[in-house]
Amino acid sequence: MLKLTIDGRPVEVSEGTTILEACQFLGIEIPTLCHLEQLKAEGSCRMCVVEVEGVKNLQVSCATPCWDGMVVQTKSERVVSFRRLILELLLANHDTDCFNCPATGRCKLYQYAMEYGVEGSRFVRFKEHHPKDESSEFFNYDPSKCILCRRCVRVCNDLQVNHTLSLKNRGPDTWVGLPFDKLFKDSNCVSCGNCVSVCPTGALTAKAAKSFRIWEVTKTRTTCPYCGVGCQMDLLVKNGEVVGVEPAHGRANPGILCVKGKWAYHFINHPDRLKTPLIRKDGQLQPVSWDEALDYVVEGIKKIKEESGPDAIAGFSSARVTNEENYLFMKMMRAVVGTNNVDHCARL
Amino acid sequence: MTNSIAEVVDADVVLVLGSNTTEAHPVIGAQIRQAVKRGAKLVVAEPREIPLVEDAHIFLKIKPGTNIALLNGLMHVIISEGLYDRDYVENRTEGFEDLWEVVQDYPPEKVAEICGVDVEDLKEAARLYAQADKAPIFYAMGVTQHSTGTAGVMSISNLALLCGKVGKYGCGVNPLRGQNNVQGACDMGCLPGDYTGYQKVANPEARAKFERAWGVKLPEKPGLTVTEAVKAIEDGRVRCLFVMGENPLLSDPNLNHTEEAFRKLDLLIVQDIFLTETAELAHVVLPAACFAEKEGTFTNTERRVQRIRRAVSPPGEARTDWEILDELMRRLGYENNLGSPEETLREIASLTPSYGGFSFQRLDREQPQWPCPTPDHPGTPILHVGRFSRGERALFKPAHYVPPAEQPDEEYPLLLTTGRILYHYHTRTMTGRNAELNRIAGRSFVEINPADAERLGLQQGARVKVKSRRGEVVVDAVVTDRVDEGVIFIPFHFADGAANRLTNDALDPIAKIPEYKVCAARVERC
Repeated sequence: MLKLTIDGRPVEVSEGTTILEACQFLGIEIPTLCHLEQLKAEGSCRMCVVEVEGVKNLQVSCATPCWDGMVVQTKSERVVSFRRLILELLLANHDTDCFNCPATGRCKLYQYAMEYGVEGSRFVRFKEHHPKDESSEFFNYDPSKCILCRRCVRVCNDLQVNHTLSLKNRGPDTWVGLPFDKLFKDSNCVSCGNCVSVCPTGALTAKAAKSFRIWEVTKTRTTCPYCGVGCQMDLLVKNGEVVGVEPAHGRANPGILCVKGKWAYHFINHPDRLKTPLIRKDGQLQPVSWDEALDYVVEGIKKIKEESGPDAIAGFSSARVTNEENYLFMKMMRAVVGTNNVDHCARL
Repeated sequence: MTNSIAEVVDADVVLVLGSNTTEAHPVIGAQIRQAVKRGAKLVVAEPREIPLVEDAHIFLKIKPGTNIALLNGLMHVIISEGLYDRDYVENRTEGFEDLWEVVQDYPPEKVAEICGVDVEDLKEAARLYAQADKAPIFYAMGVTQHSTGTAGVMSISNLALLCGKVGKYGCGVNPLRGQNNVQGACDMGCLPGDYTGYQKVANPEARAKFERAWGVKLPEKPGLTVTEAVKAIEDGRVRCLFVMGENPLLSDPNLNHTEEAFRKLDLLIVQDIFLTETAELAHVVLPAACFAEKEGTFTNTERRVQRIRRAVSPPGEARTDWEILDELMRRLGYENNLGSPEETLREIASLTPSYGGFSFQRLDREQPQWPCPTPDHPGTPILHVGRFSRGERALFKPAHYVPPAEQPDEEYPLLLTTGRILYHYHTRTMTGRNAELNRIAGRSFVEINPADAERLGLQQGARVKVKSRRGEVVVDAVVTDRVDEGVIFIPFHFADGAANRLTNDALDPIAKIPEYKVCAARVERC
C-alpha cells in the first residue's frame, strides 16, 4: 500500500491507483471532461490537473499514478487558475447560446464555468464550425457545442468498436466527424447512442432531449427488457412518463447499450397499451371490469377441468416477465389448475 | 452460459457459431469486437455474411443446417493433428473412443464439401481454437433451431471438452439467450418436466418437497411443450390455453397451422401489454404492466440475477402479471397466497438450491450468478470448475450429421433461413411502436443472392412472393451476396411478410425445438 496526503488528508491506496481515484475515494471532487472510467485515461482535457509537491508542472490526476509519500493539492491557486484558463480556451470555440441548448442543466462545461466563475473568454474565436447533422433518427450533432473531449470517439471506437466517429484534421482545425464527411444516416452508425450518453455538452443530444430538463426527471435503475444480455440502465421519468434511458455500469454492460435499449422505450407510454380487460362478446373483444374478466377466466377453467380434466388446460408462460411472475404462473398451473402443461417460448 | 460475458475481452480466440451477435445481442457483440481490437482472433461460422464477419480472421460460410458436420470436422482435425488436451480428456472426460468412432467419418475434405467451405480455412479454424489458451464458444438459435438442435449443442460441448475448455476462465460453452428472462423462465420451472432449478417432476422426492411447501397434491404426469400443446389443441385434447406475455401467432413455426389450431380452443386467455396477433383471437384479454411498471428480477444469459424496479404506473386499469396471477389463484380456491414479489423470491430461494442466496435486499447491492445456494455464497461465474454436474467426468456425446428435415428440390429449390435484425425485437410488439425504428426498418424482406435474383429476373427492391410447402408471403427483395447462391434469408419480426408462415415445424426429438433455421422455399416475381 502507498501512503499519500491529498489536501492535507492522509490516504492509503494500492499500487497503480491514480490520483483521481484516490480523490474519489476521499470524496474530493475533481472536475473532468474527457475521463471515462471504463477506458484507460486519456488526460487530454487537462481539467483534472492537480499540484504535486516537488513536481514542476501540474499533473493530470486521471493519468498519474500515486506514489508513496506523495503530497497533492487539488484546489491550490495555481490549480484553480489553470482550470479557469482551460475553460476560457474551451469557451472561445463554444457556441454559448445556452438558452437554446438541449443540454441545459446537464452540461459539464456550463457547470464548471459557473463553479470557477468563468463568464466568458479573453480569446477570440477564429474557426468556422462544421454544419449540424440532424440526419439520425434518434439524435442531433451540433459541432459548435463540441469541446473535443473525445469521449464520443473513444466510446464509438473502443467500446462499441464501430469506428463511425473520429477526430479529423489537426490543430485548431480538429473536429469530430464521420468517414468521408458523411451524415450519420448514410454512415455505418448503428444508432447505439453511446456517444450521446457520454457527451458532456450539447454537441450530441437525443432528439427528445428538449422535452425535459435534467432536474425535472427521476432516475430508476433497472434491467433492459430486450435480449438476454441483461444490460443495466436508468429510466428517466418526468411526470410519470419514461422520457429517456441512460446506460449504467452493469456486470454485463460496460456502460453501453444498443439501439433498442437506448431508444426503444416508446412502447411504455404508447396509446396502444391495453388499459382494461376485454371479453369477446358477439365476436368482438369488448371492455369489461376486472371482476367480470377474472370470473370469466375462473369459471372457464373450472368448467373445462370438470369436463375434461386438468390436462385439457395448458399454459404458456413468458420469457419476458419476471422470475417471480414465472414462478407464480408455474405454481398456479401445477398447484391450482393441477397440470404440468406449462412451458414458454424458450424454443421459439 | 458456462462462463461470464466480461471474460470475452480477455480471450485469445473467439468462436462464434450460429449467432448474429452484433445484431441479436449487440452489447456482447461489442465486447467480442473489443477482444478482437485487443488482439484476439475471431472465427465465425454462419450461413450469412453477418456484420461480425468484418472482424473475423476466418469466416466459414457454411450451408444452413450443417453445424454438426462442421463441428465434427473441426474435431477430426484437432484429434488427427494431436492438438487436443490429452490431460483433460484423460482425467476429466469419458467416451473419447466413442467420439473418435463418429468423428473419424468427418475428414476435413468431406466436411468442406458438406458445409461448402474452404478446407484450409476449416483446418486453420480448428488449429486456432485448439491451440488458444482462452477461447470461448458463443452460439445461439443458429445452432439450436434445427431438427438436430440438441445434437448440435452436444457437439459444441464435445469440441470444448476435447480441447479442455470447459470449467476454465475465458472459455466455455456459451449459449446466448434471446430474451431478457428466458433463462429465468426456465430456472423458474416453466417447463413441462421441471420445477424450479431443474428439479424434476418425475422425481418423487422433488415432487414431495413441492407438495409439502405448497400444501397440495401435485400431478405426476409430465406436461406438454409449447409445440406439443399446439398439436394437442388440434386434436381436441387441450381445450383451454392461458398465454401470458407471448405471441405464438407470430413466433410459432408453420403459422397457418397454429392459427387453425388456436381457433379450435374453447377458452383462449391472453395476458399481455398490447393486443398482439394472439390476443386478437382470445376469448378474454387481461391487460398487464410492462417491465418499467413493476418490481422483480430477471436472470440474464450468464445466469446473473438482476433487479427491475417500478419507475412509472401501469396505464389505465392494467395490473402487474404478479397481481393478476395472485388474484386468479385466490379465486381458483388457493389460499396460501404470497404477499409480494419480494416474498415470492423468498419462497423461490427456499425451494431452489441454485437460487438459495438471492433476496431483493442482496440484489440491490450485488448481482451474483447462480448457483448461489446461500446468502453468503459469492455466486458462480464459471460452471464445471473441477467437477461436472454428473460427477468427476464429462461424457462425450458424439452425433452424426443428419441433413435438415426438408431439402431443396425442383419445386422448392432454395434453402430459407430466418433470424433477427438489429432494429427489431422478436414479434415487434415493443419495437414496432417506435416510429424511428420503423423508418429505419419497417418492412419484411428477403435476402437473395445476385445469381438467383438474375435467374428470376429480380431487381433490387422488387416485391416478390416467397413460398414453402406451408404458406406464402410477399416481401421486398434485397439482392445481396450476404447469402450464398441457393440460400435466402427472411427476418421473423414482421407480421406482414411473416417468415413463420413458411418455416417448418419439424421438431428436434429431445428439445422439441422447431427447425426455424432451414426449410425449402421458392421465390417468384409478383
